[in-house]
Amino acid sequence: MTKMNDPLLRVDNLTMMYGDRVGCKDVSFDLRPGEVLGIVGESGSGKSTLLRSISAQQEPTKGRVEYQTRIDGTRDVYEMSEAQRRLLMRTDWAFVHQNPRDGLRMNVSAGANIGERLMAVGDRHYGNIRNAADTWLGKVEIASERLDDLPSTFSGGMQQRLQIARNLVTSPRLVFMDEPTGGLDVSVQARLLDLLRGLVHDLNLAVIIVTHDLAVARLLSHRLMVMQQGKVIESGLTDQVLDDPQHAYTQLLVSSILQN
Amino acid sequence: MSEMLHAQNVTKSFTLHTQGSVTIPVFDGVNFSLSAGECIALTGESGSGKSTFMRMLYANYTCSSGSIKVMHDGDWMDITTASPHAILDMRKRTMGYVSQFLRVIPRVPTLEIVAEPLVALGASRPDATDKARDLLTRLRIPERLWQLSPLTFSGGEQQRVNIARGFIADYPVMLLDEPTASLDADNRATVLALIEEAKSRGAAIAGIFHDHETRDAVCTGAFDVTSFKVGAND
Repeated sequence: MTKMNDPLLRVDNLTMMYGDRVGCKDVSFDLRPGEVLGIVGESGSGKSTLLRSISAQQEPTKGRVEYQTRIDGTRDVYEMSEAQRRLLMRTDWAFVHQNPRDGLRMNVSAGANIGERLMAVGDRHYGNIRNAADTWLGKVEIASERLDDLPSTFSGGMQQRLQIARNLVTSPRLVFMDEPTGGLDVSVQARLLDLLRGLVHDLNLAVIIVTHDLAVARLLSHRLMVMQQGKVIESGLTDQVLDDPQHAYTQLLVSSILQN
Repeated sequence: MSEMLHAQNVTKSFTLHTQGSVTIPVFDGVNFSLSAGECIALTGESGSGKSTFMRMLYANYTCSSGSIKVMHDGDWMDITTASPHAILDMRKRTMGYVSQFLRVIPRVPTLEIVAEPLVALGASRPDATDKARDLLTRLRIPERLWQLSPLTFSGGEQQRVNIARGFIADYPVMLLDEPTASLDADNRATVLALIEEAKSRGAAIAGIFHDHETRDAVCTGAFDVTSFKVGAND
């Protein structure tokens, strides 16, 4: 049994080099169930590299990523077998891409997109799968009658919500999000933020969210890491980092926000 | 009475890296204590750092040195060194803060925003919603607005939503930043009553009040931040 305060994920000195070039360097942190960690920084600061290395999509040059699995206790994700890692990524983890097209299969129906992840973990009962897909469409505020429609007929905001439903249907405990509200209209963004916040609370999800939008980071994340040139230059309580930033680069980021 | 909050030898300065790394000293050697049942007014002229000090007490601003301890769960927690997890837990269960700004996710109904701190404490949603209704009624927010986002409200209405949200949970420690600033007489009276109720259940309160009448009506003491301003005694 995982204790409430045990970290779900522990990242230790993670470094990703591309030849001589630094992707991210010496990043360490831990994450508990129900906790949302925001990673901010400008393009090229290493946010997405870090996210890929943590989420087992790209083996880091150095460092460890340890995860509290449901069955086997704490495991280094890069020391697991390929099969174990794939199972983890399909069940206990979820990855929400900035572009829903990267996270959805565009040539099968919305229902099949959700059902596919269930089938991948062994669910075979058509009725159950269809019901689960329908329930999840409801949770992300998509009407049931769109169940059999292709995602390509959906708006950008609906596609993003469908991607979230597809990811969360297997009840993951850890969700990675790469700019989930990027590229959406502000009105659609607000709806998605509200939805995400509710799901995080109701499902006690641990989330790592990469964003360049400090307002999104403020509203969703408990803790913040600020990255510049591959390194974490400041981290802490979200409102403390944003309201009383200590590092020169964080001050520059915060002071560059347009006020409305 | 039992002490709930204790600041010792606190200093604060801001270093503005984007403006030639100029360092602005604010406070030096602040000692402050707050006990259960007290309501202490933080005083000092505009720009003297009252809000800055209050933000430090909430761990929204860091301290440059010194300690700020809060009685949380029967133990002293030094919020200048505590982990983010610990501070969030302290804010959830021990310290409420009514700021001057309403910061919420667009689209979320007012009723839900007000009920949220109680839900976070483990109350059932119906119970929390009932209490939210009571507070919104007392603060004269018309019922037809409850299902709307407060971001569409007037300044005074937003402030009352903030107050309802701040008073819904019985926090042992409360920080109030100008809770009556843009309220009419009736609503100000309601806020004063809420503060009195909090005091009588034993809450330790520190507040910034712009008007003397409010201060005289509810405060048991005053703390002038000006005397700790850097350069104040030169």
